Order: sequence, then C-alpha cells, then structure tokens
Amino acid sequence: MASQAADPHAIAPGATPLQHHFESADHQKDASTIGMWVFLVTEVMFFGGMFLAYFVYRQAYPTAFASASNKTSLLIGAANTTVLICSSLTMALAVHFAAIGKKTLIVLFLILTLLLGGTFLSVKAYEYHDKWVHHEVPGHNFDCEGCTDAGHTPLFFALYFGMTGLHALHMIVGVGIILFLIVQANKGAYGPAWHTPVELFGLYWHFVDIIWIFLFPLLYLIDRSAVPK
Amino acid sequence: MEPKSFQLFPEAASSIAGQVDGLYAYLVLISAFFSLLIAFLVVFFAVKYRRRNDEIPRPVDEHSIGGMVLEIVWSVIPLGLSMVMFAWGASIFFTESRPPADAMEIFVTGKQWMWKIQHNEGAREINELHVPVNRDIRLTLTSEDVIHDFSVPAFRTKTDVLPGRYTTEWFRPTKVGQYHLFCAEYCGTKHSGMIGTVYVMNEADYNTWLGVGSGEGSMAEQGQSLFNQLGCATCHASAINKGNGRCPNLNGLFGTTVELKDGSKTRFDESYIRESVLYPQSKIVAGYDDIMPTFKGLVTEDGLLKLVEYVKSLGPANGTQTSATPAAVETSASQPKTPAQDRTSPQANSRPGNR
Amino acid sequence: MITATPQERPKKNYINATEGLKSWLLTHDHKRIAILYLLGVTFFFALGGLFAVLIRLELATPAGDLVDSNTYNKFFTMHGIIMVFLFLIPSIPAVMGNFLIPLMIGAKDVAFPRLNLLSWYIYMIGGCFIITVLFLGGVDTGWTFYTPFSSSYSNGYVIASGLGIFIAGFSSILTGLNFIVTIHRMRAPGLTWFRLPLFIWAHYATSMIQVLGTPVIAVTLFLLVLERGLHIGFFDPAYGGDPVLFQHMFWFYSHPAVYIMILPSMGVVTEIITTFSSKKPFGYTFIAFSSVAIAVFGFIVWGHHLFVSGQSVYAGMVFSILSYVVAIPSAIKVFNWTATMYKGSVRVTTPMLYALGFIGLFTIGGLTGLFLASLGMDVHLTDTYFVIAHFHYVMVGGAIMGFLGGIHYWWPKIFGRMYNEGWSKISAIIVFIGFNLTFFPQFLLGYMGMPRRYHAYPPEFQVLNVLSSAGASILGIGYLIPFCYLLWSLKYGPIAPPNPWGATTLEWQTSSPPPTENFEVTPVVTQEAYTYSTEEVVHVG
Repeated sequence: MASQAADPHAIAPGATPLQHHFESADHQKDASTIGMWVFLVTEVMFFGGMFLAYFVYRQAYPTAFASASNKTSLLIGAANTTVLICSSLTMALAVHFAAIGKKTLIVLFLILTLLLGGTFLSVKAYEYHDKWVHHEVPGHNFDCEGCTDAGHTPLFFALYFGMTGLHALHMIVGVGIILFLIVQANKGAYGPAWHTPVELFGLYWHFVDIIWIFLFPLLYLIDRSAVPK
Repeated sequence: MEPKSFQLFPEAASSIAGQVDGLYAYLVLISAFFSLLIAFLVVFFAVKYRRRNDEIPRPVDEHSIGGMVLEIVWSVIPLGLSMVMFAWGASIFFTESRPPADAMEIFVTGKQWMWKIQHNEGAREINELHVPVNRDIRLTLTSEDVIHDFSVPAFRTKTDVLPGRYTTEWFRPTKVGQYHLFCAEYCGTKHSGMIGTVYVMNEADYNTWLGVGSGEGSMAEQGQSLFNQLGCATCHASAINKGNGRCPNLNGLFGTTVELKDGSKTRFDESYIRESVLYPQSKIVAGYDDIMPTFKGLVTEDGLLKLVEYVKSLGPANGTQTSATPAAVETSASQPKTPAQDRTSPQANSRPGNR
Repeated sequence: MITATPQERPKKNYINATEGLKSWLLTHDHKRIAILYLLGVTFFFALGGLFAVLIRLELATPAGDLVDSNTYNKFFTMHGIIMVFLFLIPSIPAVMGNFLIPLMIGAKDVAFPRLNLLSWYIYMIGGCFIITVLFLGGVDTGWTFYTPFSSSYSNGYVIASGLGIFIAGFSSILTGLNFIVTIHRMRAPGLTWFRLPLFIWAHYATSMIQVLGTPVIAVTLFLLVLERGLHIGFFDPAYGGDPVLFQHMFWFYSHPAVYIMILPSMGVVTEIITTFSSKKPFGYTFIAFSSVAIAVFGFIVWGHHLFVSGQSVYAGMVFSILSYVVAIPSAIKVFNWTATMYKGSVRVTTPMLYALGFIGLFTIGGLTGLFLASLGMDVHLTDTYFVIAHFHYVMVGGAIMGFLGGIHYWWPKIFGRMYNEGWSKISAIIVFIGFNLTFFPQFLLGYMGMPRRYHAYPPEFQVLNVLSSAGASILGIGYLIPFCYLLWSLKYGPIAPPNPWGATTLEWQTSSPPPTENFEVTPVVTQEAYTYSTEEVVHVG
C-alpha cells in the first residue's frame, strides 16, 4: 500500500526533525500522531468492507462456511497468531527503548520484530501453497473435498484469500518500514528527544496485529465446534 | 408506440401510472415554487441591495430579523413537505412491490442482449410481450448473465433482472396499444438494442394470439417432462409419480413454510426451488439426508422456470394447507424406497463427495 | 508559463521564490502543489469534456450512426471515470483547499507538506493508469463498474481502470487526512472553531468523507480486480455471490463522494456571497453544522441507488426517509445564502455571478433529488435521463459553478493578476444558459423513459436530444472563454492588490501572490470571521 509509505513522519525523518511550519517539537509530534490515528481510521474502513462481505455471505451460507473453515489448519493458525502477538510485544519494547534512548536495544527489538513478522509471512506462504495443492483456490480447478454445500464454499475461500492477502500485504509493507527503521536506529537517529517514526510505526504494527486477531477466529475458529455431518 | 416524432409526456397505460403522475405533479409543483422563490429572491436582493459606485457599504444591523425563528421555519416546512413526498412515494412503492394474488404469470429471462418471455400457457416470444388489457400481470424475472432491467415507461415501472435470483414486477395495463420495453440497467455493448415492444391487447385478441403461439404445452407441462427427464421423479413424489420416499414429497408444498435441518424455517417459494436445484446442500428440509446432487450446469434458466412452474402447479391445492411439517411430507410419501442405484439421472455423474 | 512573472513584482512570492521545473516538481509548498493540481484537473476536465462532446454528437440523431455501440459505451465510461475520479473529486479540495486552507487559518503550510506532494504524484499515477487504459482501447463498464458485467463480461480494461481509481483514491484519502490534521492543529493563535471561515468547515466535512468513504471504494475495487484477474469470485452469482453486495459497497462510497464534490463548492459559494454582500453570513452556525450534518447523513443514504435492485421494501423505505433528512441541511444552506444578501451591500462581480448561478442550479439539482428519493417515483425515473439531468445539475451546475466561481474569486490571490471583467461576466452567463439548455431537456426525456447509457434511441426523443446537444456546444464555448482570458491575464492582466474584493478572511491580509511562508508575521485572530465594518473595507474600483 502506497499509503503507509506515504506518511513521512512514520518513515522518513528529515535531517532536521522540526519542520519549518511547526512551532515546536511537541506541536509537530502532536500533528503526526493525529495523522497516524486518522490513517488507522481509514484502514479500519478499508478492512471493514471485507468484514462486511464476510458477514453477509456467512449469514447467507452458514453450512458452506462452517464446512470450509474446517479446511484451515487450526494448529498453524494458532501458532502464527502467537508469533504475531509476540512481534507486537517486541515492537512495544522497541518503542519503549526508543523513548529512553537505548540504541542497541531499539535495534535488537526491531530485528526481533522483523524476524517474527518474517516468520508469520513464511507460514502464511506455506498455507497458501497448501491450499493451492489441495485445489482450494477458487476459480482454479477448485474442489472443496468433503465439504457440505460445496457449491457455495468458493465464497469462503475467496474471502479467506482476500482478507489474509490484504493483511499479508500490510505486513509486507510493515517489514519494509522496519528495515528502514533498523538502519536509522543503528545510526542513532532516535532518542528521548525524537522517536516519532518508531512510535507511529508501532501503532501501525499493532493495528495490523489487531486485524489478525479478528481474522483468526473468523476464518479458523468460529465453526470448529460445529463440525457438519 | 404509435410513430410519433415528438412528445413531451409519456403515455399512461397502467393502473399505477396515474398515481405516479399525481405524485410527479406534486413534486413538480413544490420544486417549481421553491426554485422560482429562490431565483426571485436572489435576483431581487442583488438588484435592490446593489452597491452604488463609491458608496460606503451600508452598516448592516446583524440582528434585524429573528435568525433562529427563520432557521426553524425553513427547516421544518421543507421537512414537512418532504415527508409527504416520502409517504406518498412509499405507498405507491408498496403497491408496486405487492403483486395481487390472482395475477396472471409470465416469465422473463434476460440475456445479452435479448428478452426471452414464456407465458404460462406455453407461448414463447422474444423482445415482445403480449398481454391482455385490464388483467393483473405478474412477471417473474431472472438473468442468464449480467444485470438487466425490465422497464416499461408507459406502465411507470421497472425492476432489475439479476443473475442467480428471481425478482418480480407487476402491472395492470389499462390501455390497448404498443409500448416501449427498455433494458434500463447497462448490460454491455448492445444495451441500447435490448429493447422490445409490449402489446396490450383485448382479451379476445390475446386469446387468439395465445392459441397461435403455444405448441409445446403449458409451462407446467414442459416442466413436468423436464422433471422426468432430469430424474427428479425417481426420488421426489409429485402429481405423476410417487418417488421413493427419500426426498420430500412436492405435492402441496409450494407457498408453505418448511423446516430445515438446522431448525430454521424457510418459505418454499420460487427462489427456494431454484436454490435447491442448483445448491441442494444449502438448505435441506429437516428429516431428509443430504443425497441430492447439484443440477448446476444441467438445467438452463428457462428450464428452471419451467421446473418452478411445475412444482408450483402441484399445490397447495386450495390454500387450506398453510404449512408443511416434515411429518406431513413423510406420510404422503408412501411408496417403498427404491435403491438409489436404479436412478437414471445426472446424480450418477456427480462427485462422490456430494453424497 | 506560470513562472514567467514580470520583474515589476515588488517582492519575492511563492511563484518566483525559486526557479526551474525541478523546484516545482519537488516543492513542499502547499500553494505550488495547488498549482500542480490545477494543471492536472484542468487537463482531465478538458479530456472528460472531450468525451462529453462526443457523446452529445452521437446523441444528436436517434440512430447510432457516428460510432458503434462498443465505442459509445467507452465514451460515456471514460467521461464518467475521468470527470468523477480525476476532476470533480480533487477539483476544489486539492486545488483551492490546498491553496487556501493554510492561508485562511494563518498557517505556514499544511501539516504534512511532503505527504501533500506525494498525494499529487499518486493522483498523477492514477491518472496515468486511466490514460493508459484510454490508449489501450478503453473500458466499457460505466463508471459504476457493476458486477458481474465488469468482473466477467466486459471487454475493456477493467483491471487497469480499477487500479487507476484505487490509486487516485489514496491521493484523496491523504489529502483529506492532511486537511483534518491541518485544521485541527495548525490554526493561528486565537482562531477558534467558530471563528473559522465557512470554507474551512466545508472542507473539514469533506475531509471526513474522504477519509471514511474512500477506503471502502478502494477495497471494493480491490475485490473487483481480484475477481476479474484471478477469477476467485466475490460477487459471482455462479458461486452464490451477490452482485448487489458490490452495489452496496460501491455506493457506500460513491454516494458520499457526491458530497466530496458539492461540499467544498458550497464552501466557496459561502465565501463569495459573504464577500460580495459585505455582510456576515446569515446563520453562521447553521451553515457550519449543516456541512457536518451532510457529511454524516451522507453515509447512511446509499441504498437509495438500489430501490429497484431487489433490496427489501423496508430497506428501501429507510433509505428513502433518510435521503429526505439529508436534503434538509442543503435546503438550510440555500436559504441562508439567500438571506445573507438581504440588506447587504451587493456587488454583482464575476465570482458572484457564478455563486448566484450555483444557487439556482443547485436548487434545481437538489429538488429533483427529492423526486428520486421518493420510492414510487424513483422506480419510474431511475436509470433514465432524469437521473443524468439531476446529477449534472448537482455536479456540473453545483460543483463546477463553484469551482469556476472560486477560480475567479481567488485568481488575483493565486496569481496576483486581475482578469477581464467584461469577458468573464459574458462567459459566466453563457455557461449558465448553455448548462440549462443542455440538461433541462434531459429531465423531460427521463420522465418519458429514455434510459441512460443508450447509444441509439426511439425517434420521438430526438427533438429534446438535439436541444441538449445544442446546449452542450454553448456550454463548451462558455468553458473555453475563461480558459483564454485567464491565461491572457497571467501575463497581461493588471497587478492585483492584496485585497481586491474587500474580503475579511485571512488569505486577503497577505500580499498577492502570497510569500512562500504565507505571512510575514503569524497573524493573531481576535474576532469572528466576516466582521465587516465600514472603516475596514478596502475599496477597489
């Protein structure tokens, strides 16, 4: 998404942190923070459209959704959720150490976040591959073997790929930004006086995690108990 | 549609047209009044209070008129007037969306870029619709491809024609004549060629016309042969056969409410029949197993409409039966069960996973 | 061309502060970015207008004899896409909003200048996608992209156009975001919310819609692109998908998008009427809050585009009544503008002519919207030329009149030059007449039932169509004249004083054109907006 890269305050600290049109560093940080929150609101609306489609179709075809969601791997999904939650912790720690100016620790925790994010994406890629092998990609030799109401199951998988794909896209953008932050942090760009990019990126990263926290139950968990006969 | 070179107002040829025109008159009147009022005031103020050359702007008394009172007045009056528009429009819409129960049925299938029309009696036509005057006509519409819209301006009515579902539209023609039929929802290259003519005829003329066009038997009769041909009859009991008891007996089911496997209830109507033929596992009637294969790809939209019409012809006979319980369905299926392997139907070709 | 300012300009301003193409393409100055946008939207307006000309030419005769159906369908699709997404939506916010918001609130720039420049590049990239589509052979879905036609049947470049709009959408989101933060955090000392010019209120409401609505069309188009590109079927009836869901998601943005076009225009008109009546706007708070009310209610009326699409009768009723509710704030605005002129000191200048024209045309556009909000009436009128006429009265009669009015009003501020008053008045009148002649007959055509997007039509509709085409050529001339005299004024127009109209808002308190930093000293605001008193008003003959 071009738009994440778009917020210069999240990714591109200038040579002089205080720009000419702001009165003070506080003023500037304040504006940047509001900007980030407004951006996250747009993200909520962005994902909201997909959640709407999910709810509409699940309401219309509960049997198909129940049986198709059993095709996902609970174990992999749960493990990946754990990985992502851990990455939020490391990100929060990176922000914390940025605020108190521990350069090595900022870099360390940013790298940990990067690794956890990378793990998540790799696992996701494996899952996609698995779905492809099992003909569970709609429109491509689709066959939901053993599913009830198989005629409607492509909708579930379309949403599965749409929602997790969009989420993964946000992760990939996030990974790119972390790489940038690591380089900057290593140069000692962030300290108690100014660490807005790390802090705002933290908001973004947590937001992407929260999206997953909703996706996981909707796609993996919700119909686990009601295994259709 | 008499050849006219110029006209400013459409012909009104249905029972609803007069009501729509009445509402239109009200709306035009209100709009004209407010447009002229605003235009007059704007021009009047611009002239009366124009600044003369080199005049010092006159000091304006900001509180010369009761601002709050005015604001309330010009909020509440338009609101009141528009609520009349709402109520009037909604009441017409209600009439438009509730076809009378005894309306004559006609089936419309839209496809790029033609209208295929089937009459209950079996007559079929393309891009033409013949209807008798002063009879309620109910159209059941569906599309084979993209969204179309069946629009007859002289009747002041239109409805989107959607793929994958049925919509309805009804009207009561009041004037013999020929009227435009348009596709009003953009549907591709020859959208503007997806037009036709509605012929409103006297009852007698209509019956003559109908006699000429119906060689293949009525919709229900054609549906019945399709019902046999597709093998539905081996399992489902209907007027002509007893089925094998493993599938719901379709006699007297149409228009009733049936209970589904998951405990919910659904109306046994055109859409439900259509969905059950194409996605049989989606909504299974309680008490039955998931054994029906899908007929997706094996039956056309036209064929589906015939099947629907056949099932519809099976009842309920006289409206006494308002709801069918699975038990009631079960008892009427008295025929001993026959092995599923005997069926000569597309079921044999279906994937094992569906059984 | 723009940089070619004469030497007699007294001091450094944003135009001559730095020189060379690079200094423009890499600028962070909101004023220069506004000029970049102005060039962009003018180009796309001309391009969209070209397609309008072709459409009206084809419709001059009932038979489809100028081009074939497929080409005609591409004409109206390109006209719609370009005009809606590349002209109307960015027009006033990205040009005038960008130029004026920081000036009006006494700031040195918008909150995120680099983001602002990025928005322009994103907009241009989106525009390039659309231009590419044009050269490849166009797209024939209509600007509404209804599925399943767009996803499975169209023979045009749906994916590229979808992506173009998707990308341009982010420009709109980022502009809205920038304005929200700017208005919240960059106001000059003493400039409280209720001292803000109403232009700012209108843009604040617009930005809310941009930020909340645009992501929804983005995700909708994202799903459409996935569906068409990978055949994975979100809205495909073959899998039980619902094409009407696409329409719901599409209109959830595209209805509020109408307010993205009209609200800023209302802001412009408020400024013009106030200035040229030399009077405080009547009902400041009502005008301010009606902007916000329109933005809020605008989000819950989308279903009125789907009255005949098979949505439930009760949903139809709810959307119908809400549509009437959203009409009330618009009515309040019209009455307040009119009342502002009462006992004012009115000067009928060119911007004022456009503003008054706006009131007239917007009133008709709004009132005919009431026809379409009425369920029983809409069944007959929807998808006919009545709808075309209605939304052109709002978008062209409303938004473009506001845009032209604003351009004429702030031209002296933006470029420091006055234009020819005689020519500009003549062209304003030509635009008004041409517009009505073009679109009024379409109301009648619509009631007779002529469906929209028809390449050929029954002969009894011809007379009105010919009138409409004739009107379109007059309208076209009306748009060409300002283009000429405004360009001429850049070089030969008289030098404009800082406050040629005797306006009170902050942008007129600095020089024309303003310096890069906008104000020599950050202004301190001590009174409400629009405080006119006989002593303060500057006279210019």
